[in-house]
Amino acid sequence: MTDATHDAAHGHGAPHASRRTYVIGFLLSVVLTAVPFWLVMTATLDATTTGVLIVAAAIVQILVHTVCFLHVNTQSEGGWTLMAYIFTAVLVLIVIAGSLWIMFHLNTNMMPMVDARSS
Amino acid sequence: MAADALNDTQAREPTFYLVEDEHHHEAGGSTLLGFWIYLMSDALIFATLFATFGVLSTAYAGGPIPREIFSLPLVALNTAILLVSSITYGFAMIAMQEGRLGGTKLWLIVTGLLGAAFVGIELFEFAELIHEGATPQRSAFLSAFFTLVATHGLHVTFGIIWLVVMLFQLNQRGLHPENQRRLQCLSMFWHFLDVVWIGVFTFVYLLGVLR
Repeated sequence: MTDATHDAAHGHGAPHASRRTYVIGFLLSVVLTAVPFWLVMTATLDATTTGVLIVAAAIVQILVHTVCFLHVNTQSEGGWTLMAYIFTAVLVLIVIAGSLWIMFHLNTNMMPMVDARSS
Repeated sequence: MAADALNDTQAREPTFYLVEDEHHHEAGGSTLLGFWIYLMSDALIFATLFATFGVLSTAYAGGPIPREIFSLPLVALNTAILLVSSITYGFAMIAMQEGRLGGTKLWLIVTGLLGAAFVGIELFEFAELIHEGATPQRSAFLSAFFTLVATHGLHVTFGIIWLVVMLFQLNQRGLHPENQRRLQCLSMFWHFLDVVWIGVFTFVYLLGVLR
């Protein structure tokens, strides 16, 4: 048991960081960065489609970085890094989506006042 | 017999705790997990800043809008620099694992220079914006923009300072286990900042210009 824990703790650094993982992660990130920039700078598609695509690319790229560069997996630290990561991701989503949702409705309700002030 | 058994358990009990203690000591990786928890709390700071920016992203107050002030080629260059610095740090970690001190230092220096270029370009961008009158005081959008992007830039700056300190450490002490652990923490910090930057260039710059 101690051996397993020891191995897991050790496993966090050494065996996972291979040159191959880094290069694969880097190539994927280059594509996932270049495509959104290209879409926006050339305005090939309409704004809504572009918006959806670049947000999707960002989410995929964050996952690529997490796996290839940060080496988060089910083994590292006995799974605790992954648990903390998922927990944080949920909190981040709640904070951002919740704020946008609530403030959007508040803004809508405040509209008449904004109009009154600007006119 | 019974007393013997009791003695036996008592004798074994301390051994159990000793093993536990040893495990805690040699794990040393509790530092890495602890640092990871710090990074996760840092992610929450950025989440609140992103949320603030999201709420205020159209509060222009009659001031400049993103399309007028953001220079995407500059942002693309900065993104490329940070992305390359991520893989050069990765090469430093690989050199460290293979016990090559020179290689580790070389890749760390390359990473540090790229990080410095990133901060330099960001400061240049800020200076341009302020010169054009797009100061943090101009609108809520610009306040939120400067707060979010500058917080990230400040993190990168502290990352560079940490990196320089590590170079001195490596020069004096070499690749001993403590330095390896510190380099692993800095590795997580550096890659984490790259992850945050993905959010910045997507939600602040690209979506901003689309609006």
